[in-house]
Amino acid sequence: MSTGTERFLPGDRVRTRSLDPDGHTRLPRYARGAVGVVVEAAGRHPLADDRARGLTGEAQPVWHVRFAAADLFGSGDHTVTVELWDDYLTPVEGS
Amino acid sequence: MSGDHTSSLISARVRHVEALLESRGLLAAGEVDGRIDEFLAGGTPANGARIVARAWLDPGFAGRLLADANSAVREVGLSMAGGLQEQRLKVVANTAAEHNVVVCTLCSCYPIALLGPSPGWYKSEAYRSRVVRDPGGVLAEFGLQLPAGTSIAVWDASAESRYLVLPRRPEGTGALTEEELAGLVTRKGLIGTAAV
Repeated sequence: MSTGTERFLPGDRVRTRSLDPDGHTRLPRYARGAVGVVVEAAGRHPLADDRARGLTGEAQPVWHVRFAAADLFGSGDHTVTVELWDDYLTPVEGS
Repeated sequence: MSGDHTSSLISARVRHVEALLESRGLLAAGEVDGRIDEFLAGGTPANGARIVARAWLDPGFAGRLLADANSAVREVGLSMAGGLQEQRLKVVANTAAEHNVVVCTLCSCYPIALLGPSPGWYKSEAYRSRVVRDPGGVLAEFGLQLPAGTSIAVWDASAESRYLVLPRRPEGTGALTEEELAGLVTRKGLIGTAAV
C-alpha cells in the first residue's frame, strides 16, 4: 500500500490533533491531543470529515495508531488502537 | 452519531429521497430493501468460524490471513466486497500474552458483508463507551475471565477497516475436523467478548 511518500512508518510516535471541529470527524474525542505509536498503514481514503460536508477530497493515508490506556484515560494497563486519517496526526520529534 | 436512527431527521430524509427516486422511475419499489436483504443474507458468523477453523489447521493460511485478510478469505470462497466497495479486513490474533476485542466507538462499524448484522449489544452506547476504558471489566461481565498477566488490546473501528478476532484454539481439540472446529467458534469469539 505504501507509495514511498507517506509521512509515517510503523513505530513512529505521533500526536493527534486536539481541535474540536464543528462538523463530523472520525477522531474520537477520547483520543484527541494524545501521543500514540503507528502500528501499520490501513489504506488510503478521502477524509471522512470532508465527505460528511459533501466535499470529495483526495485520498490520504489512514493509520492504525496504538495508545496506552493510561495516556488516554489516566489509568488502565490495556492498549487502544484507533484508525486515524493522516490529517489528524503530527509527528512527535525525537521518535 | 449514536443511538436509534429510525425516528431521526436523516431517516425521514432518506425515506423522502427513496420515494422521489421511485416516483421518477429511477428505483423500483422495494429495490433498496431487496438490496439490503441480499447484502445481509450473504453474511453470517459461520463465515468467520470457517476462517478461524482453517487458520487453526493451516499455519500458512493463518499467516496470510494476518498479513492480508482480504486476499486470504478468498481462498475459502469469501469476500469483503459484498457492499458498495470492498472493505479492508484486519484480522487480529489472540495469543497467550494478548487478547483482542473490537468496538466501534463512533457508531457500529462491523464486517457485515462477512458476518451479517452485528449483535444489539455491539451497537449499545454502554458497550461502545465502556470497553475502551475498562475492557477487563466489560469482558468479565460477558463471563470472560482472562488469565492473570494477559494484556488486552482494544481495536476501535473508527475509519474504513473492519475487524475480526482470531481466537486461540482450545486445548483438547486436536482430533476435531475443520467443520467440528468451526462449530466451536461463536460470534462473540469473533468480536473478542468470548474466548472462542
